[in-house]
Amino acid sequence: MREAIAAHVRDGDTVVIEGFTHLICFAAGHEIIRQGRRDLTLCRLTPDLIYDQMIAVGCARKLVFSWAGNPGAGSLHAFRRAVEGKGPPLQLEEYSHFGMVARLSAGASRLPFWTMRNYSGTDLPAVNPAIRTVTCPYTGEILATVPALNPDVTVVHAQRSDAQGNAQIWGLLGVQKEAAFASERVIVVVEELVDQSVIRSDPNRTVIPGMIVDAVVVEPWGAHPSYAQGYYDRDNEFYIAWEGVSRDSAALSRYLEEFVYGVEDRRAYVVRCGGLERLRAAERVCAGVNYGF
Amino acid sequence: MKPSYSPAEMMTVVAARELSDGEVVFVGIGLPNLACNLARETHAPELVLIYESGAVGAVPERLPVSIGDPALVTGSLMVCSMADVFQCFLQNGRIQVGLLGAAQIDRYGNINTTVVGEYIAPSVRLPGSGGAAEIAIHAGRIVVIARLDRRVFRERVDFVTSPGRRAQRHGGSIGSTRVITDKAVLESDPESGELVLAALYPGVDAAEVAAGVGWELHSLGRLAEVSSPTDQELQLLREVLDPKRLYLKR
Repeated sequence: MREAIAAHVRDGDTVVIEGFTHLICFAAGHEIIRQGRRDLTLCRLTPDLIYDQMIAVGCARKLVFSWAGNPGAGSLHAFRRAVEGKGPPLQLEEYSHFGMVARLSAGASRLPFWTMRNYSGTDLPAVNPAIRTVTCPYTGEILATVPALNPDVTVVHAQRSDAQGNAQIWGLLGVQKEAAFASERVIVVVEELVDQSVIRSDPNRTVIPGMIVDAVVVEPWGAHPSYAQGYYDRDNEFYIAWEGVSRDSAALSRYLEEFVYGVEDRRAYVVRCGGLERLRAAERVCAGVNYGF
Repeated sequence: MKPSYSPAEMMTVVAARELSDGEVVFVGIGLPNLACNLARETHAPELVLIYESGAVGAVPERLPVSIGDPALVTGSLMVCSMADVFQCFLQNGRIQVGLLGAAQIDRYGNINTTVVGEYIAPSVRLPGSGGAAEIAIHAGRIVVIARLDRRVFRERVDFVTSPGRRAQRHGGSIGSTRVITDKAVLESDPESGELVLAALYPGVDAAEVAAGVGWELHSLGRLAEVSSPTDQELQLLREVLDPKRLYLKR
């Protein structure tokens, strides 16, 4: 991870660490914090705890997002302090989820923008001039548009890949595929490295092809405290505890000292957390299908 | 006499009863999540739950702690990308009911979940739209869950995150908005789009409801009656669906 972040994430970059609740690569976020990256434009539908931590340490100049809360548990207080004028300033560029998905779809297709039926009657275009309209050349209908998002680097966490980065994901897919294809550079982080024959035995499950991947990192538990379907459950107690930790900037600093700056890598983080085995997923293996011809 | 159930329990039960068996419902975070799962356990076993996270036909074996919970995937009918959720399901017109929460809601059902105060330098920064803006625009009808309070039910909201008065919807037909509160149900008037009193909960009078609303609240000519939660509904909520009180905080 250290080499992948050092090689592919630079100060001032537009960075996407995607994953909708599922497969959020905290390991990559923590390494970016340790390497002291600055002036990043951080993009994610749901900034989640990992961007709250990156905002708290000053990695971010700007946040591009659509829902900034602690899902099911409360607020992101470092984010709120920044926006409510009680912390270091942070530029915002705000959309809805559909808008963010559309931006990445345009980026992945290398189109300049994407159209939707959306935003009429909302105040979002009034605070975000990038949300505009276009007249349909076929029907005359006014459609909403959002500009393409083409990140410098995207981190995708996946359950498994081969050494080339052909990555397979199951469970919630979020917007990982679009984000990866939209990006100039792609880092794939996996729970498990498998032989290419495993990938080839089930090609429909491949979401990210190795041909667009620049670095492959094997990092078990790399998505904790989010989850990896079939590997480990979300650490919901951590999400609930974050409400108290992030509310108090001193407590947040102590957390980062202990679990981010105070550990060398993910393996050390897992040891320091202790007891993560309690989150290990139960077996619900599917039947498989016949790919024969 | 103090009722034997909490306001949050009553709201959840009433919201669950809004959903008909077989309907396709877009499930939001918080109490809507609980209401949908209660409906599925009671009168609507064939309710199709779609989450913006991509789970379609979810049958969660535990109460989802978020709308991206892994239990939404296990045993579901389909798991799709978020591009498919918003384009092939929502924008395509496949969602019959959308459930939304609200930090503020105005006379015409415009909802704010973005900021309290000015957008630049707000006094409270809320999470923002998520999928709420497009759900309000594309779902066939909308069910909102919010406690009566003049700070919430306001003449004007500070920011329109999700538009009400759903006249702008393509195709022309205006879907209804029903607002499930802790004392009464409000409903959008089909002509004006204004939220009016539609039903009172047991032991509540109209003046009590009006006191929690920041505009002059009109009412339907004939108010519907809402019955208290049944023992079965309460037992499911307390012992099966939310025993740890994740949603039904005391």
